[in-house]
Parts: sequence; C-alpha cells; structure tokens
Amino acid sequence: METLVYKRPESLLKDGHFTFCPGCGHGVVLRIIAELLDEFNLQKDTIAISSVGCSIFLEKFFNLDVAGASHGRSPCVATGVKRCKPDKFVFTYQGDGDAATIGFNETIHTACRGEHITTIMINNTNFGMTGGQASATTLVGQVTTTTPAGRKAELTGYPLHAAEIISKCDGTAYAARVAITSTKNIMQAKKAIKKAFEAQINGLGYGFVEVLAACPTNWHMTPVESVEHIDKVIETVHPLGVFKDITEQENK
Amino acid sequence: MNGDMSVIISGFGGQGALFAGILLCHAAVVEGKHTTWFPAYGAEMRGGAVNCSVNISDSDVPSPIIDEADAVIALNDASQEKFEHKVKSGGFMIINSSLSHLKTKRTDINYIKIPLNELAQKLTQPAFVNVIALGAFLEKTKILKIESVKEVMKEMAKTVSAKKAALLPNNLESIDFGANLIRQQMVTA
Amino acid sequence: MAKVLVKGNEAIAQAAINAGCHCYFGYPITPQSEIGEYMGKHMPELGRVFITAESELASINMLIGAGTTGTKAMTSSSSCGIALMQEALSAMCCAEVPGVIVSVMRGGPGLGNIAPAQGDYFQALKGGGNGDYKIIVLSPSTVQEAIDLTYRAFHLALKYRNPVMLLADGVLGQMMEPAEFGEYPYKDPDVTQWALDGANNRPARNIVSLHMPEGEMEMLTNRIFKKYEEVAKNETTYEDYLLSDAKLVLTAFGSVARVAKAAVKRARDNGMKVGLFRPVTLFPFPDKDLHDTAQKADMILDLELNKGQMLLDVRSAVFGACPVEFYGRPAGRLLTPDMIYNKITELYSKLENTQKTEAGVR
Repeated sequence: METLVYKRPESLLKDGHFTFCPGCGHGVVLRIIAELLDEFNLQKDTIAISSVGCSIFLEKFFNLDVAGASHGRSPCVATGVKRCKPDKFVFTYQGDGDAATIGFNETIHTACRGEHITTIMINNTNFGMTGGQASATTLVGQVTTTTPAGRKAELTGYPLHAAEIISKCDGTAYAARVAITSTKNIMQAKKAIKKAFEAQINGLGYGFVEVLAACPTNWHMTPVESVEHIDKVIETVHPLGVFKDITEQENK
Repeated sequence: MNGDMSVIISGFGGQGALFAGILLCHAAVVEGKHTTWFPAYGAEMRGGAVNCSVNISDSDVPSPIIDEADAVIALNDASQEKFEHKVKSGGFMIINSSLSHLKTKRTDINYIKIPLNELAQKLTQPAFVNVIALGAFLEKTKILKIESVKEVMKEMAKTVSAKKAALLPNNLESIDFGANLIRQQMVTA
Repeated sequence: MAKVLVKGNEAIAQAAINAGCHCYFGYPITPQSEIGEYMGKHMPELGRVFITAESELASINMLIGAGTTGTKAMTSSSSCGIALMQEALSAMCCAEVPGVIVSVMRGGPGLGNIAPAQGDYFQALKGGGNGDYKIIVLSPSTVQEAIDLTYRAFHLALKYRNPVMLLADGVLGQMMEPAEFGEYPYKDPDVTQWALDGANNRPARNIVSLHMPEGEMEMLTNRIFKKYEEVAKNETTYEDYLLSDAKLVLTAFGSVARVAKAAVKRARDNGMKVGLFRPVTLFPFPDKDLHDTAQKADMILDLELNKGQMLLDVRSAVFGACPVEFYGRPAGRLLTPDMIYNKITELYSKLENTQKTEAGVR
C-alpha cells in the first residue's frame, strides 16, 4: 500500500512555478502559507494582498483571489477588503522594503487598529527586486548597492526591528520573528504563521510574522553561505522570538 | 429686488456671527424663500475674525458671494472697519458700540449703534449679542418674521444637547429684546 | 421630501449614505472635515464602516481594498491631501477598481490656505499619477447638484469600474442652502462577475496593476481608453444657460459658474447677449458642444479661481472658432458678481466696437 507523503497544496496553482532566484526564501514561505490555508480549509475564502518587490506575483503562484497594492500600502488594501468581507480570510505578503520601509506607518497603524488581518513580512535586509539596495532593516556594515562601503550608522542610522515594534501595538495579537534556515526552523516558522492565522480566525487582532529569508543573489553568497549568514550574523541583530502572543492567554 | 436681502454678519469667533446667519437661513426656509449662507474664517477655532454672507430671496440665489450688502451687522470694531465700505448706498449697518468706538465714515448709509454687550447684561444670563442684533435686524428690515426665527430655535432645541436646549428661553428673550430696541426706538437709527 | 437647509459638505456625506456607501475612509483636512465628522457620527450608527486613516495614502488604499470587493466606498480630502492620492488613482484606473473620491479644493500651491479655490483642475483632470489614465470628474455648482452628482458618482464608479471624483470647492463645501434628498435613482450593475470574495467554485481572480509581459500594458491601456470613449459618449453633461443667442459666452465650473450666472442675469437685464456654458462633467469634457457653441459666438470668456486650468480644455474645444479670453483669481481669492460683470461689460463693448469698425470698413 502506498502512502501519499507529498501533495501539492490546493492553495497553490497547479501550473504555477516559483520564479525566484536559487536559494531565495520566498518559495518556502509561500509553500508554508499554502499548506496552512489548506489545513484551515480557507482556500475558497481567502483574499491575498500582494505588495511591491519580489513578493509581488502572488497571483502567479497562489490559487487564491489576489488584490494588488502599491508600495507599502497592502495593509490598507487589506483593511478595506476585510472591513467589507469580515468573514473572509485576508493576509498581506510583503517584504522589508515594503512593510518596514516605505509602508511602516501603514503597518503600525494597521496593528494599532487591531485589524483582523495577517501580515507575513519577508525580511532579507535589502530591496531584492530592484537589485539589492539598502532598506530599513539592512544591518550596520552590510554591503548593498547603495551602501557599497557598508551601512554606516552615522550616515543612515540603524536597522529597524519590525516584529518588536509591532509587538508593542495594543491591537497586535501575535508578533514573531522566525527563520527558515533549517528543517527545525521551518517547522517553527510554520507554527508561528499558524498562530498569526489563528489570531485572525479567532478574531483576536492583528498577526505579524517576520521571516528572515536569504537573498543569495544580492548578498553575493551561495545559498549555503546565505543560510549560515542568517544564523550567525543576521539573527544577532534581528533575533528570533515570539514578541507578543495573546492567543496563548485566550487558550488558557 | 423685491423681497431680496443680502446681509453680512461679522465678529470674532465665539460671538455667534455664523450662528446668527444660520438662524436667518433656517427661518428663510421656514418661509419658503430661497437662501444661501457662506462663511469665511481664519485658522483659529476661537477669537479669529469670522463672517458670513447671507442671501434671502423670493427667487433662485445664483451667487452666495456678496459684493455689496443691503445690511452689515458688525459685532466688533474690526468688523466695522472691514465691512463699512461693503454696505450698499442706502443700506444700513448695525454696530456693536460696546466693542467699537470707531468713527463712522459714510453719509449714504444708516447706522444703528447698539451697545450689545452692556444691554445683554440686563437680560437673563447668559444672553446673546448675536441674537439681540438679529432681532434688531429683523425688526428693521421685516424681511422675515421674528416668529419664524423663534420656530427655528424651538426646532433646534429638540435636536441639540440638553445643556444647549436649556438656553432656548434665553435665546427667545434675546431676540425679542433686540426687536424691541428698534420697535420702541431705544437705539439711534 | 421637503427641502432642508444643508451645508455642502454634509449634503455630500448624507448623499453618499443614501447612495449605499458602505465604507468611508478619510483623514481630516479643511475645508472638508465636516464630511468625515458627519460620516463618523452616522456610519457606525448604520452598522457601516468608518475609519479615520493614518494618512490620505492610507485612506485611498483602503478605498481600493473596498473597491476590489465591489463594495461602494468613498474617501474625501482637499488639495494637498488629494495630491497624496495620485499614485493610488493611477493604480485604480489600471486595475479597474471603482471608488468615489471627493475633492473640496482650497488655495494652493503648497499648504496654501484654507480659502476656496479651483487650483486642482489639473490635479483632477490631468493627473499627478503616472501613466495614461483618466478619472471621471463631476463638478457640482449648487448644494442640490452636490447631492445629485454624489449619487451619480457612486453609480458611474461601478458602471465603469473606475474612480470617480466629485470636484467641489470650498465655497460649495462650506456654504448652506436648501436642498432635497431624493432617493438614489440608479440601478447599479452586478459586481459578482469580477469582485474578489474568495475563489469559491470558480477560478481564482486577481485585481492588480502590474503587467510585465510584453504588450500586456499596451493592450490594457487601449482597452481602458475604449472604455473612456464610452464614458464620453454616454455621460458628457453640461448646462446651457441663455446660450442660444449669446455673443459672449462665459465658461466656468463649480461655484464660480453660479457667481457668473448672477453676472449674466445682470448683463441680460442691461441688454447684453451673454450666456453661460457650464461643464458638469469635466471628464468627459463637453468639447463638441462647446465647439458648436463657440461657432455661434463672438467670444468666450473663461472664468476660474486659478491661473487658467480648464482654459486649456476650453481652448482645445473651441479650436479657433472664436477668441478665448481668461479671467481668474488664484490662491483662495474669490470672483464676485461685480468683478465678473465688469469684465463682461469691458469685453462686450470691445466686441461691439470691433463689429462697428468692421461694418465701417465694409
């Protein structure tokens, strides 16, 4: 007797192919989201909000209704959708350039309003799609195309810690930072995203998961080096952790 | 221009110049007339200069903006200064002589000087200078019935907070008092 | 229903409610804050959505969210606030997202002042957003018309899946006059064929504004411009005020048009053949009708509270059929009936003198 151990999630398009660079973290996270939507049986009741950056082409991968948003504004579009369709599941999929840089004001206010939506923010510490420029989360010393000598704190300040700041907003139900650098971490990441989804499903408030993800192309590293770089360097600046979780309190 | 009237009511924020205009417009609607109310004010919520232009007419009012008004009600000196030249020749200006000691400049218009703030002290407190002036204006022009304004006040009292609604008797007293000033020629007109 | 005395801004808000507006998203700015205040009181009472957004960027993008679900929604702002919405307006046209935007113009450029102005004709009609797109722009000149055109804005937004702007100015927003709230007169189209509500028993849909494959944007742009031709064919509206024998034709939109009307009345009383051509839809602009009018007239006088913006569309429509003069005041200063009347008499006597001279030469 055969046991099916691998199945393509219903929430992914049958003929969709990820078009990301080798070693990029996006594919893993999109797959986690699709699996969870299947597990919650939400494929038919979800509206995904795409953003600007490598996170943009959701409609090419997801078997979901997708609304596009301008750079940084997906939490607002999501707010509009969710307020009109409160019984639908609504999430935004953004990068650090989108959610933490141009759109951080929108992200914070969406959290403060406690919108019943979920944001998955891929943090690869640079603007990936436009060719690797420094973003708000870029590490001090990190070489990017706009900080060729490394980010200098005295010139451009310090990296923004999105998950920690969002955790301070009263409307946030869940805020965490995860990585996808190992099988164990991927399982942790899935658990965190699941919690953030549950926060929305149970009407508790805003869920925010920041995922540290590799950008080998713009980091000028191999995929393996990129993963090591996240574990050894980035996590010292953007530490993994659950910064807020009211879903636990609710369960007690 | 039968039955047509344009008036500018001006003062500093808090004196109720805009509200006097609103009362007038509502009363015009009660009497089935056409009317427009157009305000102008500065950035301050209180104390800045404010004024409104009110048109009342038996026919359609195309322009809410007034070049020359049939009447101006100036609740302070700055308003007198600003709008004295805006009164139509043969028109009149009500001046609050409690707050304006400026000399009048024109001979082709009538002036009605009323020490509104002093007179208001004689009434049940709080009394309202804007409403006293409105009473005087209506008695002088007869453009609308005082009763129509009273009807508006009574209707408004039904929709505002209890605190504001409690001021209805004071408002009614103020408008009658203003009308009486003209009727009994208690002010120089 | 009987006429009630109502402020322009509040009339727009109540009309939106009557039109079935389910969501209002806004950010305070003078001279239109009464719209948000009115909605803040009434929308929650009705169980509808009201959000004071963190910025105009946020409010217009919330409007997009509501629009993608086919829900009637509105935002409102003024000059500098509308400036912040331009990116989203372009995106809405591209992704064909319906929505109603109320713009109550104040003095500019910059923060300018809070006095009434019409300096945002270009902003509304020629766009600060990127790319080839058009938004439908309606221009009320009375409080009654503000109500009627708010109804129409909601209908047109759904009918054409396009943003519709109600372009008012501070005079109309702040003034009060009696008006009547009739019932919403339109039958809106079915949105279920395109709106997002989850891919339930149908293929997944998307409403996005990025189209990378070669030629896709060209096809899309051509298609939406075909739609704009339909809009022009079906929706162009203007008011003809004493035009049939007018030698001097005034063109004006919004509150200036009603001030101009007062001047036209006076000019007619004094035997001058003057009329007023008032575009009600600014896009689609009534260019053919204006051209026909100009062919019968001796001169056009365009009046605006700016340095000459609609003037470009007027000239383009007139296309040399007669001379076009401009008279305007920028930055929150008003034109009064006297000022317009004086301009009329100046130009009218010029016209008559020219005709006399021409007759003499012949």
